[in-house]
Amino acid sequence: MERMTPKHVDDPTGIPADAPRPALLRVEGLTKSFGGLQAVNHCSFDVRAGSITALIGPNGAGKTTVFSLISGFLRPDRGRVVLDGEDLTGLLPHQVFRRGLCRTFQIPREHGSMTVLENLMLVPPDQLGERFWNPLLRPRAVRAQERAIREKALEVLDLLTLSHLRDEYAANLSGGQKKLLELARTLMADPRIVLLDEPAAGVNPSLMARIREKIVQLNAERGITFLLIEHDIPLVMGLCDPVIVLNQGTKLAEGPPAIVRGDPRVLEAYLGGQHGAVDG
Amino acid sequence: MGDAALAKSLLLALPLAFLAARALPARVPWIARALLGAAAGWAVAFVVALVVPPGQMAYLVSFAIVGSIYAVLALGLNVQWGYTGLFNIGIAAFFAIGAFTSALVTTSMPTGAAAAFSQQAFGLGAPFLAGVVAAGVAAGVLALLVGGPTLRLREDYLAIATIGIAELVRLVFQNERWLANGPQPLRGIPQPLACLVRDPGCGWLPPPLAALFDPLAPRDYPYVYLAIATLFVIVVYLVLERAIRSPWGRVLRAVREDEAAAAMAGKDVARVRLQAFVVGAVIMGLGGALYAHYMIAIDYTHFDALYATFLVWVMLMLGGSGNNRGAILGAFALWGVWTGAAFLVDLARPVLAAISSDLPARGPYLRLLFIALLMLFILLYRPKGLIGEERFVSRDSQGRDG
Ligand SMILES: Nc1ncnc2c1ncn2[C@@H]1O[C@H](COP(=O)(O)OP(=O)(O)O)[C@@H](O)[C@H]1O
Ligand SMILES: [Mg+2]
Repeated sequence: MERMTPKHVDDPTGIPADAPRPALLRVEGLTKSFGGLQAVNHCSFDVRAGSITALIGPNGAGKTTVFSLISGFLRPDRGRVVLDGEDLTGLLPHQVFRRGLCRTFQIPREHGSMTVLENLMLVPPDQLGERFWNPLLRPRAVRAQERAIREKALEVLDLLTLSHLRDEYAANLSGGQKKLLELARTLMADPRIVLLDEPAAGVNPSLMARIREKIVQLNAERGITFLLIEHDIPLVMGLCDPVIVLNQGTKLAEGPPAIVRGDPRVLEAYLGGQHGAVDG
Repeated sequence: MGDAALAKSLLLALPLAFLAARALPARVPWIARALLGAAAGWAVAFVVALVVPPGQMAYLVSFAIVGSIYAVLALGLNVQWGYTGLFNIGIAAFFAIGAFTSALVTTSMPTGAAAAFSQQAFGLGAPFLAGVVAAGVAAGVLALLVGGPTLRLREDYLAIATIGIAELVRLVFQNERWLANGPQPLRGIPQPLACLVRDPGCGWLPPPLAALFDPLAPRDYPYVYLAIATLFVIVVYLVLERAIRSPWGRVLRAVREDEAAAAMAGKDVARVRLQAFVVGAVIMGLGGALYAHYMIAIDYTHFDALYATFLVWVMLMLGGSGNNRGAILGAFALWGVWTGAAFLVDLARPVLAAISSDLPARGPYLRLLFIALLMLFILLYRPKGLIGEERFVSRDSQGRDG
C-alpha cells in the first residue's frame, strides 16, 4: 500500500506554494501509428503535480490513445512517459498502476457478472487474500482486511450515489452508472494521478455536479492530480487549468482555459473537425 | 453379515456425514453440526449397507468412485474455465501425467522374470500419499511449461497448446516402453489402506478399531477406496471454496470478465492466468493419481480425449460453470447419464437389430449422440447449468451488513 499513497507534493521541499510545481507526469514525443494511421504524433506535454489538467480535442485527435500509451495498454512507437522522474515507458498496465497511476476507460469496462461492490473490492493493491495460501493459512488476517476493504468500498459507493446498486451485477448498470463505477474504482486505489476518459459522457447533470465537486475535493484534500479528457466544454473551462488541446495526434495549444478558448488555431481545429465550436 | 454392514457403513459414512453437516443451517455451532452430521451420515450409511443387496451395492460403490474421480477433474477445470475463462481442452494430459507419476512413484521396479516383460523408468515403492503429491507436482510443472509461453498470447493459443500436449503425452506413454511399459499396461499399482480388508489387519491401527474392520473381505476393498475418493473430493472442494471466496477468487473472476479492467485495477493478468492454470492442473493431476490407484493397472488408452477431456467439459457445463458444487453435481449426474445411456442402448438392442443388423454393434456411438444432444440442450435451455454461479462469491461481499 505504501507506494499508493500520494506524495505530499507541496510541503517538505520548501518550495513556496505559488511557485510553479514540477511536472508529475511528463510525456515526451509520444508517437503511435495503427497501420498507416498516425494516431499520436510527437506528442509532448507536462501535467503539473496537484493540477486538474484537461486534454481536449476533436474526435479522433488521439486523446484516448495517449491515455493508453501512458497507462501501458499500448506501447509507443517512439517517445517516453515519465512519472515523477521514473520512466514508465514499456511497463505493463499493472506495473503502471502500482506506481500510482490510474485510468478509466471511455467505454466502461466493468466486470459484468460480478456485483458492483465486488468490482470495487477488487481494486486495492497487495491484498493478503490474493495469494492462494493466505485464505487457508491466515483466514483471520484475510477476513479482517476484507472487512476494511468492504468498508472503504461502501464509502466510495456512498460518495458516488451508487449504494443502492452495490449488489447489482455490474453488467446491469446504465451507461452513466457504469461511468460512475469507473470513477469509483480509481478511488479505491489511492492513486497519485488519475486519468479520466470522458467522465461526464452519459452522466446526468446533477450527478455530474457531484462528480465535479468530488474531483475538486480529492484534488484539494488528498493532492490527487487529474488529467481528464472531456467534451463538455463548460465543465472543462470551469474545472481545469491548464487545458491542453490535441489535434491530429499532436499538441496544438496549451494554457489557461480563457486563453485556449480564444486561440484561433483551436477554433479552427474544432470547426474543421466534426465536433462543433469550442463553446458548443 | 451385520458386522460387515457396520464396517462398510463406517467407510460409507464420510460423504454422507459431510453432506448432512452442510445441510444444517449455518447458525448451528460447527461442533454440533459436525456431530449431528456424523450421526445422521453414519445412520443412513448403516441402513444402506444393511438393506441394499450386495450386487447393487458393489455397482453403486464403483459408480461413486468413478464419479468422485470425475468430480476432482471437474473441480480442476472449474478453476481454469469456470472462474478464469481458460480454455483447456487437454485435460487428459494432466490427468495422465498424474496417473503415471503416482504409479511410478508407488510401484517397485519389476525384478526377476517380471523384469523381462515389464519396464518402467523408475519405481520408488513410495507410499500412496507420496504418489499423490508427486502427481500434483508433475501436473503442475507440465502446466507451467504449457501455460508459461501460451497464456500471454490470445486465448485460442491455449486451446491449441493443450489439445496438442494431451496428444503428445498420450503418444509418449504409448510408445516409450522404458518409461511406463509403453503400450502394455503398467501393473501392480498399490491399493492404499488395503490392509483394512486383509488378514492380518493394519498393524498401525489400535486393535479395537482394527477389529471393527475384521469382517471385511478383500472383495470389499472398493468400500475403502470410496472413503478415500470421497475424502479427496471433500478436501479439494473445501480448499477451493476457501480460495475462491477470498480475494484470490475475485481476481480470477475479474480476469475472466475483463482482462483490461483487471489490469487497470493493478492485477498482473498473465500471472493470475498462469496461477489458475497451474492450480487447476494440479487438481487434475491428483485426479489422475486417484484413478491410477483405483484401476491398479493403467495404460495410454485410458487417457483419450473422449473420457478424459470431453466428458469432463460436459460435466462442468451440466452442473454449472463457476460453481464448485455444480462441478461435483455435474460429474455425478453426467456419469449417471453416461452409464445409464449404455444400459438403455443395451436394452434397445433388439429394436436396433430390427432396424438394421449392424446397428447394435454401433450402440456405443448412440451414447455419444445422446451426450451431444444433452450438451445442445444445456447450451440452449440452461446455459448456466443445473446450478450456475452465485451472485455473491466473495465471503465478505454479501448483501447483508456487518
Ligand atoms: N486500436 C486501434 N486500432 C486502429 N486504429 C485506432 C485504434 N485506436 C484508435 N485508433 C484510431 O486512432 C485515432 C485516434 O483515436 P482516439 O485516440 O480514440 O481518439 P479520441 O479519443 O481523441 O477521440 C482514430 O482515428 C482512431 O480511429
Ligand atoms: Mg476517446
